Amino acid sequence: MSEAAIELAGVNKWFGDFHVLKDINLTVNAGEKVVICGPSGSGKSTVVRCINQLEKHQKGAIRVDGVELTDDPKSVATIRSEVGMVFQQFNLFPHLTVLENLTLGPIKARGLSRKEAEEKARHYLDRVHIPDQADKRPIQLSGGQQQRVAIARSLCMEPRVLLFDEPTSALDPEMISEVLDVMVELAQEGMTMVVVTHEMGFARKVADKMIFMDAGEIVEEGHPEHFFTNPQSERCRKFLSQILQH
Amino acid sequence: MKKLLLIVPLLLLAGCSSSQTWGWYVIDPTTQSGWTNVKFLISGMWATIQISLIAAVLSIVLGLMVALPGLSEKRGWRWVNRIYVEFVRAIPLLPMLFWVFYGLPIVFQSMGLNIPIDPFWGAIITLAISDSAFTAEIYRAGIQSIARGQREAAQTIGLNYVQTMRYVILPQAIRRILPPLANQFIYIVKMSAFASVIGMQELTRRANELVVTEYRPLEIYTLLIFEYLILVLIISAGVRWLERRMGADERG
Ligand SMILES: Nc1ncnc2c1ncn2[C@@H]1O[C@H](COP(=O)(O)OP(=O)(O)O)[C@@H](O)[C@H]1O
Ligand SMILES: [Mg+2]
Repeated sequence: MSEAAIELAGVNKWFGDFHVLKDINLTVNAGEKVVICGPSGSGKSTVVRCINQLEKHQKGAIRVDGVELTDDPKSVATIRSEVGMVFQQFNLFPHLTVLENLTLGPIKARGLSRKEAEEKARHYLDRVHIPDQADKRPIQLSGGQQQRVAIARSLCMEPRVLLFDEPTSALDPEMISEVLDVMVELAQEGMTMVVVTHEMGFARKVADKMIFMDAGEIVEEGHPEHFFTNPQSERCRKFLSQILQH
Repeated sequence: MKKLLLIVPLLLLAGCSSSQTWGWYVIDPTTQSGWTNVKFLISGMWATIQISLIAAVLSIVLGLMVALPGLSEKRGWRWVNRIYVEFVRAIPLLPMLFWVFYGLPIVFQSMGLNIPIDPFWGAIITLAISDSAFTAEIYRAGIQSIARGQREAAQTIGLNYVQTMRYVILPQAIRRILPPLANQFIYIVKMSAFASVIGMQELTRRANELVVTEYRPLEIYTLLIFEYLILVLIISAGVRWLERRMGADERG
């Protein structure tokens, strides 16, 4: 039986009195690419952050590879070893070189030797097309390069699922495509991905499932073909017409 | 104000000429007895430095241990931090010193432990605890200045709490922490003078003892003040050097 890679069932979350996630149900199968879009403040980041437990949900269940997330440190450790995350602001470690950014997790959390970790790091730097920047500090790289280093850093942990939270929103326009290209390649290689983005060209190319969120709810969910050509809800139609205009 | 500043050196000069009020001979290093006195006074320097250094090291360790619960997401841990900091900050140094030196051995005794506390360790323990409330706040501010995304990124690559602190947060926070921590060392050096009242043979104690035998408080305490001044000026120079280095690191 093939279990879903990620399953959210009736997930609710509040920030104080503010009901930020309302009954979220979402299944991501192994190898699937899910793209989440929606207006700012609709709860997209919060969904993704709940999946890897940077935020705690208060009601409902989240399962990763069939393991339910609880307060148990073991379940958190499972998530951390299976789910990678790429942030809008890259969050590279500024005091470390690119290579050290990539080897820190494998050495400290996985117990790899320095040599093994560096081999792996160089392999993934190659994959994101920046093989020659290993000894630089993050600040010496362009935004697009930094985000690709961040992707490589996640890949070094060999996660089963990669989460992306608006990975190109902080980038200058001319650097967006170099990051998206890397993500498309990852998708084609079969990585399971959950991507929050407004890059609809990317979504059309790789998404198996589109999710539209508004005000803490999943308003619409569907295959990209129907999603883009024939959105069911008024809110989704309006949102799409706005972002597809330019 | 300016006039007042002029008066002080004039008074000092006047003192040199009229031996009625000033008697620099007690610490005149060109005479046999003066030189003996100066050596006696300066010989307390080593104890002052020792007490201050050991207390500072302990305070740096203790301060981190107090600061970390203050950064916890759990309210209970934050309370532990708040209570410690507020409580320790509120106690004047001298009563705390008396409590540690005279009181703590009795506490130990009642627990069946025979741990004597000599003036040396009594002073160090008191200074370290008193200072740790301040170092804890320095750590807390320094660690909080590191963006939340750094901790989150460390977590998502599987680092646990200790690893996150050790490899990601503290190496970045140290630039903000080290200069104020070094500044705090000046506070310890000055406060170490209180150790004299429990009989520790440091700078101030030596001065007091000499005053009793020579009855020349003005000259001897003047020298004492200059001894502290020199110590503090050396440390300040060190702090400024550290700040420059840290600043340069940040830019590079
Ligand atoms: N830590 C927090 N505390 C309180 N409110 C928050 C917090 N994080 C996010 N929110 C609020 O929750 C809502 C959803 O945020 P978010 O998930 O970041 O939305 P999106 O990623 O879709 O823009 C927003 O209104 C935001 O202000
Ligand atoms: Mg967001």
